Amino acid sequence: MALSGMRGLSVFISDVRNCQNKEQERLRVDKELGNVRTRFKNEKGLSPYEKKKYVWKMLYIYMLGYDVDFGHMEAVSLISAPKYPEKQVGYIVTACLLNENHDFLRLAINTVRNDIIGRNETFQCLALTLVGNIGGREFAESLAADVQKLLISSSCRPLVRKKAALCLLRLYRKNPDVVNVDGWADRMAQLLDERDLGVLTSSMSLLVALVSNNHEAYWSCLPKCVKTLERLARNQDIPQEYTYYGIPSPWLQVKTMRALQYFPTVEDPNTRRSLFEVLQRILMGTDVVKNVNKNNASHAVLFEALALVMHLDAEKEMMSQCVALLGKFIAVREPNIRYLGLENMTRMLMVTDVQDIIKRHQAQIITSLKDPDISIRRRALDLLYGMCDVSNAKDIVEELLQYLSSADFAMREELSLKAAILAEKFAPDLSWYVDVILQLIDKAGDFVSDDIWFRVVQFVTNNEDLQSYAAAKAREYLTKPAIHETMVKVSAYILGEYGHLLARRPGYSPKELFTIIHEKHPTVSTSTIPILLSSYAKILMHTQPPEPELQNQIWTIFNKYESCIDVEIQQRSAEYFALSRKGASLMDILAEMPKFPERQSALIRKAEDAEVDTAEQSAIKLRAQQQMSTALVVTDQRPPNGMPAQPSIGPLSLVKVPSETVDSNPGDQGLTHPNGVVYKEDPQPPSQDIIGDLLGTLSIEGPPGAVAQSPQNATYEAEGAPSAADAAALVPVGEESGSVQPIGNINERFYALCLKDSGVLYEDPNIQIGIKAEWRAHQGRLVLFLGNKNTASLGSVQALILPPTHLKMELSLVPETIPPRAQVQCPLEVMNLRPSRDVAVLDFSYKFGPTMVNVKLRLPAVLNKFLQPITVSPEEFFPQWRSLSGPPLKLQEVVRGVRPLPLPEMANLFNTYRLTVCPGLDPNPNNLVASTTFYSETTRAMLCLVRIETDPADRTQLRMTVASGDPTLTFELKEFIKEQLVSIPTAPQRPQGPAAPPPPVAQITAPPPAASQDPGALLAGLL
Amino acid sequence: MIHFVLLISRQGKVRLTKWYSPYSQKERSKVIRELSGIVLNRGPKLCNFVEWRGHRVVYRRYAGLYFCMCIDEADNELEVLDIIHHFVEILDRYFGSVCELDLIFNFHKAYYILDEVLIAGEFQESSKRTIIRLLSTHDSMVEMAKEEATSIGNMIAQVTK
Repeated sequence: MALSGMRGLSVFISDVRNCQNKEQERLRVDKELGNVRTRFKNEKGLSPYEKKKYVWKMLYIYMLGYDVDFGHMEAVSLISAPKYPEKQVGYIVTACLLNENHDFLRLAINTVRNDIIGRNETFQCLALTLVGNIGGREFAESLAADVQKLLISSSCRPLVRKKAALCLLRLYRKNPDVVNVDGWADRMAQLLDERDLGVLTSSMSLLVALVSNNHEAYWSCLPKCVKTLERLARNQDIPQEYTYYGIPSPWLQVKTMRALQYFPTVEDPNTRRSLFEVLQRILMGTDVVKNVNKNNASHAVLFEALALVMHLDAEKEMMSQCVALLGKFIAVREPNIRYLGLENMTRMLMVTDVQDIIKRHQAQIITSLKDPDISIRRRALDLLYGMCDVSNAKDIVEELLQYLSSADFAMREELSLKAAILAEKFAPDLSWYVDVILQLIDKAGDFVSDDIWFRVVQFVTNNEDLQSYAAAKAREYLTKPAIHETMVKVSAYILGEYGHLLARRPGYSPKELFTIIHEKHPTVSTSTIPILLSSYAKILMHTQPPEPELQNQIWTIFNKYESCIDVEIQQRSAEYFALSRKGASLMDILAEMPKFPERQSALIRKAEDAEVDTAEQSAIKLRAQQQMSTALVVTDQRPPNGMPAQPSIGPLSLVKVPSETVDSNPGDQGLTHPNGVVYKEDPQPPSQDIIGDLLGTLSIEGPPGAVAQSPQNATYEAEGAPSAADAAALVPVGEESGSVQPIGNINERFYALCLKDSGVLYEDPNIQIGIKAEWRAHQGRLVLFLGNKNTASLGSVQALILPPTHLKMELSLVPETIPPRAQVQCPLEVMNLRPSRDVAVLDFSYKFGPTMVNVKLRLPAVLNKFLQPITVSPEEFFPQWRSLSGPPLKLQEVVRGVRPLPLPEMANLFNTYRLTVCPGLDPNPNNLVASTTFYSETTRAMLCLVRIETDPADRTQLRMTVASGDPTLTFELKEFIKEQLVSIPTAPQRPQGPAAPPPPVAQITAPPPAASQDPGALLAGLL
Repeated sequence: MIHFVLLISRQGKVRLTKWYSPYSQKERSKVIRELSGIVLNRGPKLCNFVEWRGHRVVYRRYAGLYFCMCIDEADNELEVLDIIHHFVEILDRYFGSVCELDLIFNFHKAYYILDEVLIAGEFQESSKRTIIRLLSTHDSMVEMAKEEATSIGNMIAQVTK
């Protein structure tokens, strides 16, 4: 055992260790802190050695978990000590005690910088380490350039350079602009030629961070990464000291493959071939061996290779190899490998066409659900959740239910939530769904959130064929001896609403139902009593004429609660009591609850929120990011009629009263409280859906009682007809029904899609239409994704394409109905016959309930989609430009009323429309020259040249010259560009990515007013 | 990226902490408390990974000491497990069959060694030889400074200061 080399420190550590208990330890530590504090106070008398010793003691005390709120200054000041031993202590202790947000750290920036730019290599290392570990934004701004210099310096030793690389990585994370300097990408590529593997490893980490944000700039690094990987995997020219258990630096291998995963593809066939050979070698050549460390290392590489193969979406041959490997892994005994096997299989779900192979392993995955290790169980749960679909939902959900009783408490909530979501999403039939949820409540009531039972009530309410089944089930559960309170709530609610449907069966008479429910009454808490009261009222309502005995029983209860301290209970009982004495009209007043408006499942929303804290990488989210299909389910949705979602408010019940005063407007709704308010409607019973719409604006999340606890402000006249005050709550029926409002701005969506190739074209509460497009020369293939957001089918779906004359469009068959929660894909083939700016229209209609919805949507098959960016050199440009000498091939126009744009922004705009701006062609910096190729059947590929001359003094006008070999094309393109310049569509602001090569003046980032930034404009202003 | 490194003894005593992401003092103690509760209670034959607050904690036990590193979900867990072992091997070579007491009395050296393995939460050097060589240079520099300080000339300088 080595001692610290400082006697005082060793003694102190021993003392602390010898303390018998926490109290003693605290005393000893307090004594020492007092000592250190006094010593620091008269700093003059401290020798460097002593200062060093006390700072170490502070760190030790800090590590033990005590607050050390002084002495930071002393630690920081040691950094500027001239000698190595003190300086080193200063650096290490500062890096441990402080974090990047600490004020003291600022004081050190100058000293640190001096050490970095100084000649002393050891000091450089210390300083780089500190900045790398705790440097913040300020450090990034003042030190990045120096650190960069060290990294690429040829005179620095590897020792310094590898630290500089990681230090720069830290600074880049704090402020990405620090490496956005010209030519950095080339430097980065050079760094990858590094011979020293230590420097190469650090540089590779830096590259991973850089490409993860912007791979475009680093294409030149790709072949070098492949070379490095090849060299490592074949163990060519790797020094012995850089192998780890016989494996050439597994860390560098992993990092390299990680970097490669950020490039979308590997285009060069040779590079691709070599890469695949290496990957193949890794996949095939990794065996399980005895030595655990060697195993860990080789599998670290293997799993990274798997991820890379998945990413490159290789030939199916390799993919199935991966699935086979993973299938093997999830069955091995080694827990790490099993864990990672499950995890990677979950990731694999996102690759198309392998789901079926994964399903073959279902039994094995279910076994892992019972693993003794909770980490593995979590992975298994996630995987099962992700792989669940209509075909296996029954098996998986039942497995989850079974597991629920034995699962640890830490997992039950997540488990029940997931089971509920799967049951909802993939229920083969709805009665099964009801079964699952009731079982869930039965087995894990404590872990079933309100959302889950609200949802089942919504389903039952909205599906008539389910109601009597649910009522029978509810009664079954209620007769069990000890049931969870949530079960009492849901059963009481369902029996109250739908128990009467079964009245003819033995055991279902109102009296019997009441008895069964009321038996649970003594066991429930105040939150349940309002629900029971509603049920009683409903039961009573269904026994017209009332049975005197039952009526008395229920009235006694109402009477009893009329003086209850809980205001909700009190009000309900008072109101129900009064209402129930109205005799037959009770029937109308307490009619069945109307259908709930369709909305996003609160469960699924909750699952997303839960992800943030429970850390589970749920497949649903991953998939949602990947494909549009589930995006449907997770989109932020507003309830119908465009009203903002309100917190769940349960209206007591919908009351129908033959009424005479029906006048109000929806705007007043906010003023009244739905509880206890009477709604009125026209005498003739309107259809269910209209009531549904009526309630839509109120946003019912759950059944009554459970949530609304707020004090009532609506006055209610117990006796007699509703007073005028109530009328305020009314909604004119006709006005509200049938208006399905789109979500989001249709125009904005269209313009956004003109610039990109996938996104949402249209959305309303019922349907989402997404588009994904691919364009090749004069042809295009669009896929329309029609997603039904509801739990009911959408019928009479019709999609008609109204193509303009220049486009030939063929839409594949659109099914007439879209099943609940399903998405259908309809490919649409487009062929461009000749240049034109006309736009195709999609006439889309569907029927939801009685409502027919019809929308006409512009399709983003616009002129610029048939453009292909091309860069021309001056040698190509000028002869062409001259040969197209004048109208009609070359047209010129002065455009006025242009939205003023700084030149770089205009260049960006051109680039987004696939008109490549060619900087340097025009010597005048106020001008832009762009080129592109247009494709259509008649023109074939045709080069188009554009020149924009701007007036620095007046940005609202410019002169535009467009030239091409086809007169129509020239004209159409000119008009097209004009449209874009005159009214800039409100498309989402594209980040000024490096994809768009900035024109010569791009360095000047010009905030408005743009003109004043332009040198020419400044000059003009002066003159 | 590694967010922090923790060395905890079986009794729950902290032997080393290193934070690469900004955690306040309060958060640091909370993290240590929570994680020691989770990690120390795990049985012997389980996997080396724990899921914790949206992160993964990779840990490995050596005798009575748990080495834990917290990483992002997307990171390669086994790679980090290799880093832990690599670090332990360096400690072992440096101290000569390292034990917990070495790390207690020489905690400052442990910090220095860790700085040679990781910077910015990223792996720095995979050659054990390079690191050991650096460490011995470092030690000799401290030694030299000490000798210098005790030399007569320095003593005089001290007195006359």
